[in-house]
Amino acid sequence: MSKQKKPFIPYIFGAVIGFINGFFGGGGGMVAVPLLEKAYSYKEKNAHATSIAIILPVSVVSAIVYLVGTDIKWDVLGACSAGVFAGGLLGAVLLKKSNNALIGYLFCLVMAVAGVKMIF
Amino acid sequence: MKYVWIFLTGIAGGLLGGMGMGGGTLLIPALTLFFGLDQSLSQAINLVAFIPMATGAIIVHAKNKLIKTEGLIPIAACALAVSVGASFLEQIVNGVLQKKIFGIFLCLLALYQFFTLQKGGNSTENAKFAKKKKPHGKRNCL
Repeated sequence: MSKQKKPFIPYIFGAVIGFINGFFGGGGGMVAVPLLEKAYSYKEKNAHATSIAIILPVSVVSAIVYLVGTDIKWDVLGACSAGVFAGGLLGAVLLKKSNNALIGYLFCLVMAVAGVKMIF
Repeated sequence: MKYVWIFLTGIAGGLLGGMGMGGGTLLIPALTLFFGLDQSLSQAINLVAFIPMATGAIIVHAKNKLIKTEGLIPIAACALAVSVGASFLEQIVNGVLQKKIFGIFLCLLALYQFFTLQKGGNSTENAKFAKKKKPHGKRNCL
């Protein structure tokens, strides 16, 4: 059952998710999943699946804006996209076999280092 | 040779994404920092690269009836509308400032991820690290 009492809540969620995904070119899913879990009491798998259903059309629309306004290097885009697809399949297989918490902490560390490097 | 490295970087990003950790948040800085790509281009690549994988995932999730509709329409509609404006804003900001803002965003995400892991849960939950409550009234009195 939804615990939502205010009708404008989903629109605020949508605005936050859309802004993050559009302005940063990604990251909307990382916000969408916990929002769906906490505000709508979604189970983890449902939150993940539903977040992709939200993020996919958002990413398509944002991608169009970026492709029109940015000088695209199509060769780089192609090579990277192929890698992402292959990695995604592998990641889905590894998901069940790995120590996710350890990888999670490592991910935090790498994100923080990359973040600091980008700021300075 | 450059394409091999870019392909491998894509694999790393896709791997993290496939494991539910938001691979784009590392793919974008990798493309910007290691390959010297423009921040906008890195973000555009991440957005485009996400689409085929997400399409496949959606088909599987829909078949398994994992997609729920509660809240979906208003959230998605508003997200779509705002993302257009946000994407145009990014095109205006761009460059060095965009890179720095993205860096701040990454640091905030890292903090959020760290505290979520400390609590022992979220999309990368590992049962071993979750804090378990002891059942009441089951002390072993020898």
